[in-house]
Amino acid sequence: MAGTLTLRLDAPEKTRALGEAVGRLAGPGCYICLYGDLGAGKTTFVQGLAAGLGVTEAYITSPSFALVNEYAGRLTLYHIDLYRLSGPDDLADIGFSEYPGAGVAAVEWPERAGEYLPDERLDIFIEYDGEGRSIRLAAYGKSCEALLEAICRTS
Amino acid sequence: MLILGIETSCDETAAAVVEDGRRILSNVISSQVELHAQYGGIVPELASRAHIENIMPVIDEALVKSGKRLNELDAVAVTAGPGLIGALLVGVSAAKALAYTAGLPLVGVNHIEGHLSAIFLERDDVEMPFVLLVVSGGHTHIYLVRGCCDYEKLGQTRDDAAGEAYDKVAKLMGLGYPGGPVIDRLASAGDPKKVKFPRSRLEPGSLDFSFSGLKTAVLNHVRAYKGVPIPEADVADICASFQAAVVEVLVEKTVQAAVATGARDIVIAGGVAANRALRDGLTAAAGKAGKRALIPSPILCTDNAAMIAAAGYRLFMAGKVSGLDLNPQANLPMERMHS
Repeated sequence: MAGTLTLRLDAPEKTRALGEAVGRLAGPGCYICLYGDLGAGKTTFVQGLAAGLGVTEAYITSPSFALVNEYAGRLTLYHIDLYRLSGPDDLADIGFSEYPGAGVAAVEWPERAGEYLPDERLDIFIEYDGEGRSIRLAAYGKSCEALLEAICRTS
Repeated sequence: MLILGIETSCDETAAAVVEDGRRILSNVISSQVELHAQYGGIVPELASRAHIENIMPVIDEALVKSGKRLNELDAVAVTAGPGLIGALLVGVSAAKALAYTAGLPLVGVNHIEGHLSAIFLERDDVEMPFVLLVVSGGHTHIYLVRGCCDYEKLGQTRDDAAGEAYDKVAKLMGLGYPGGPVIDRLASAGDPKKVKFPRSRLEPGSLDFSFSGLKTAVLNHVRAYKGVPIPEADVADICASFQAAVVEVLVEKTVQAAVATGARDIVIAGGVAANRALRDGLTAAAGKAGKRALIPSPILCTDNAAMIAAAGYRLFMAGKVSGLDLNPQANLPMERMHS
């Protein structure tokens, strides 16, 4: 049974702040999947995540074009966007299984990877319910569950 | 001086022969747009495979159309990045093989450097330094160009590229891929003032861009239809209003950059430079500010190899020749390309 945490987000700053908290607590090999529509705030979350990981790059821009953007920080951040992929067959082309090594992967549009997502991961669902946004975190595997517990203590 | 240019960074397989960096003898483009349209975007694995199938026929055709033979060339120029790594690899490998077997120098070109060189194919009166707006699916950057390999970044997008905003808005409205041409076409029948979409100007004086909020604003506007098909007239108004929001900020900041740096000429490059509203808007605003907007023909704005050959010529003349160990790179900032 995966651990979960649900939070209301009434401002983009909160999405960013949560990302930053996760970035500060994340360990090597941490795998984060971000689910949500266009405009839900996935990139905003990753901007916070990068700050929490000590990335000094000025801007975390959309990886839609290059598919993978890499940032040096306390741990290397791989910002991956599978939006343009049609399905799992394309994953080999971007070396999908090589990530994140000892770094941290933040994957947007993980649905495209189907069963090729790792078993141990932190799933983050950013949802819009007509009035505002909520964010739901679900941890799978020991290290991610420990990470989620640490996030719960700080949030 | 004859340069063969090769370009495979994204969804076009292209080869061209250009004389003296100026005269296009051939410019062959094999587009994969139809192949990718059904997915609403580029599919990297498909792109690489299509490049492999197309690359040699496209190079052959470029040579035949130019009336030149491989042994008459002076150098081979190829896009080394930025782009899709699997796609870039096809062009770079073909270029290396040709350069090696024909004993020709190899020149690695940055894709953006290629885009900015398109203007030199059509004009010989561009005044340095000039302000460059690069606007495409992967880029929205403002540079000051002082000369060959001398580029200073003045501003860039902090989130999405302008072309990406077009593609994503087209996708969420079900208009197909690529988004730029279809939105530009539909916008011509719409009212650009109908929907008040936000203009993101960031801090005063900043030459950076942000298009993520605009994309979200369009999404929220479209959501209000609650899944009911949007009437044609409303689609036109949304397209026109979205396009106005993008173009207004692009034009404003680019002209602002020219005023701030004292440059007279403004060059725009990249796929979105083919956009009619941007071309018209920039030309008008530049004229008002006492500046000159120089915009390549639409065919030279989208990805092509003539621009790579033109850039290759200038780099070759500046002694910037690559070794056969040239490797493509997915992320390759132009200002760090030749340092």
